[in-house]
Amino acid sequence: MKTLKFLGAFAIIGLLFAFTAAKTVSGYQVGDVATDFSLKNIDGKKVSLKDFKDAKGYIVVFTCNHCPYAQAYEDRIVALDKKYKKQGYPVIAINPNNPEKQKDDSFEKMQARAKEKGFTFPYLLDEGQKIYPQYGATKTPHVYVLQKTAKGNVVKYIGAIDDNYEDEAAVTKKYVEDAVNSLLKGKEVSVKETKAIGCSIKA
Amino acid sequence: MKKTLIAGLSAIFLLYSCNEKKENKPQPIHVYEKDGVKVNAYDYNGLEYFLTKSNDTTYVVNFWATWCVPCVEELPYFEKLNAGYADKKVKVLLVSLDMHKKIESNLIPFIENKKLQSDVVLLRDPDADTWIRKIDTTWSGAIPATIIYNKDNRKFFEQQFTYEELEKELNNFIKP
Repeated sequence: MKTLKFLGAFAIIGLLFAFTAAKTVSGYQVGDVATDFSLKNIDGKKVSLKDFKDAKGYIVVFTCNHCPYAQAYEDRIVALDKKYKKQGYPVIAINPNNPEKQKDDSFEKMQARAKEKGFTFPYLLDEGQKIYPQYGATKTPHVYVLQKTAKGNVVKYIGAIDDNYEDEAAVTKKYVEDAVNSLLKGKEVSVKETKAIGCSIKA
Repeated sequence: MKKTLIAGLSAIFLLYSCNEKKENKPQPIHVYEKDGVKVNAYDYNGLEYFLTKSNDTTYVVNFWATWCVPCVEELPYFEKLNAGYADKKVKVLLVSLDMHKKIESNLIPFIENKKLQSDVVLLRDPDADTWIRKIDTTWSGAIPATIIYNKDNRKFFEQQFTYEELEKELNNFIKP
């Protein structure tokens, strides 16, 4: 009996460990409530999710200047914002890279790139690289679709924008559009998580 | 009579499948060539052959691209490993994820300039959501990423290596 209790205690300790370990490494899962933030936009003003009073949710895109994968998606990110901002799902782009490690992702170069590409959405710098680890972003581009609910901004989709970064014409699955369309119709998102190649985040 | 026929057919089938095994090296979906440098491109089905060999060699497979700064930084370590451990039955394979429009303009000149000695292949398969999970369920898709495997063991790394770290991991595979 004693041994049993002993073993039980061990099992519980083991479980606790397993849980904390999993929590610290993995960032958000679909269904988690995402943190708000206050990050500097390219116009110098701070931007938070709560500033968007009329939003029904957000398309949070971790992206950057230097990464060819991110560059390949810039026009498509602009198109997403144009299509969904008026429907209540604005794009919020965040550059997670440390400009000291990646010179092309400096604040000044972010301003230049946004102007050059005609960004219609906030392009924020994750100063001190504090927000992206909470989300669990590992690369650029890395998208989180959030839905505003009574309990907070709930993660509804994590992953890629679509299934062909090289050739927009050959895209067969528009993951982010499908997710937002489902949310707008009050439906469950069918593909909740996808994987794609990207540039690792440089903190 | 029937029995002999079945036995004969099975023998033929067996022979055939053995042959198949030897010959199952996949055909590239495209071959890029410039300045005498050839790069074979495979989709994931083709690439899988290089990730699942079962012989006495230990394979170090690195996923990289010319545009990926940390990948390019660690590339010399893979080259050093490939040269230094060749007599210990270690082979490095560099799997490029460069964009297919940039092979002649970026990848092949890079191979020439750096005088890469390890084998280089291109993974050209847009359905990343499928093959990233197949390569490793824990892989987020960020590069650099590396697999070390032999017939007994396999380990996946989503990280940038120093030479010491890489050598240490390799030694876990080749030490008896």
